[in-house]
Amino acid sequence: MLIDTSATGLVTLDDGTKILPPNLIITSLDKIVNWGRLSSIWPTTFGLACCAIEMMAAGASHYDFDRFGIIFRGSPRQADCLIVAGTVTKKMAPVVRRVYDQIPEPRYVVAMGSCACTGGVFRTYSTVQGCDTFLPVDVYVPGCPPRPETLLEGMMLLQEKIRKEHFRWSPWR
Amino acid sequence: MAVTEVRITIHPAGLNPKDIAEKIKKRFPDQVVDVAEFSGQVSVIVKRDQIIPILKYLHDDPILSLDHLQDLTAVDYLNKKEVRFEVVYNLYSIRYRHHIRIRAQVTENDPKINSSVPIWAGADWHERECFDMFGIVFTGHPDLRRILMPEDWEGYPLRKDYPLQGPALENDWPGFTEVLKRSKELKEFEWEG
Repeated sequence: MLIDTSATGLVTLDDGTKILPPNLIITSLDKIVNWGRLSSIWPTTFGLACCAIEMMAAGASHYDFDRFGIIFRGSPRQADCLIVAGTVTKKMAPVVRRVYDQIPEPRYVVAMGSCACTGGVFRTYSTVQGCDTFLPVDVYVPGCPPRPETLLEGMMLLQEKIRKEHFRWSPWR
Repeated sequence: MAVTEVRITIHPAGLNPKDIAEKIKKRFPDQVVDVAEFSGQVSVIVKRDQIIPILKYLHDDPILSLDHLQDLTAVDYLNKKEVRFEVVYNLYSIRYRHHIRIRAQVTENDPKINSSVPIWAGADWHERECFDMFGIVFTGHPDLRRILMPEDWEGYPLRKDYPLQGPALENDWPGFTEVLKRSKELKEFEWEG
C-alpha cells in the first residue's frame, strides 16, 4: 500500500495501525510482536521418516521456505517450532518430547503426515497413535506424505494462528 | 614353488537345489525331517540338534561352498504345525551361484538353537533380530541383546499370539507411559491462548 508522504496528519493503514508520515507507526504491542513471530518461524531440523524428505524439499530452493522467514535451525534451543515429520515410535517418543522441551517459549508444533497426526496405517504395538498424545499440536497436516505445498499451507495456517494471539509473553514465570 | 588352483568345474548355474538336498540327506540321514519344494525353491527341514555340523558342512564342502548367508529369520507356525518355530537359513554360493534353504525346527517349550555366528559373522545381527522378535535363544551368540525394540520391552512382537496393537496402556512400555505422564504434568506450563 502506497502512503502519501506529503500528508501531515495520521494515515490509517488498517484496523489498529496508523502511520504518521514519514516514519512513525502507531500500533498495538500484540500486533508488532505477533508480526515479528510469524515472520520468522524457525523450525528445528528434525525428521523421523519419509515425511522428512518432503519437508526438506519444502525447505529447498524450489518451494523455498525462506521467503516466509522459515529457516531450519540446527539446535532446538535456537528454534521455536517443531515439525513432527514422520512416524513416531514408542522408542522415539521420549526423544521427540525432549527436543520439544528444549525449545524456548513461545513454541509451536506442526504434526506432519498421517502418522504424526493419528498413527496412520501403523495401528501396531510399536507406534504412537498420534503425537498429540504427548505434545500440544497447533497444526495438523494430513497426507502420506503431504506434498510440500500442503506443508507450506500448514505453515501459513500457523502464521494465521500466531497473528491472532493476544498477550503471549511471560507475565509471571 | 608353483601354486595350482583347484577349481571344480560344475554347471554355470550351480548345482540343482534338489541335488544339494540329496547330499544333505545322504550325509545326515537321521537329521533331515522333510524336503519341501515350492516353485523351484527347495527347503530342507532339519532337526535343530546337529544344525551347526550341517551348516558347517554346507559352508566348507568344496562342491557346495555355500559361503554366503543371505538371510536368517524365523517363522511362527502356531496351531499350524506340531513344532511351533522354524529358523530359516537362506544360503547362497557366490562361486557356483546355487541356493538352498535350511529350516531348523525349534520347539515352543525350549526355544533354543546353536548360534551360527562362528560360521558366518554376519549372522550376528540377524540372530539378535530373531531373538528380539520371536524370543528364540541362540546359544553361543557373542552378544545376544534386543536389536530393535527397547531393551526392557516385554514380549516378542512377531509371535502369532502377541496382540497386534501391543499391550494395553497400563501395561505399556514404561519408557512411553513415563513420557505421557510427564507431558500431562507439564501441561500447566503451556500457553492456552
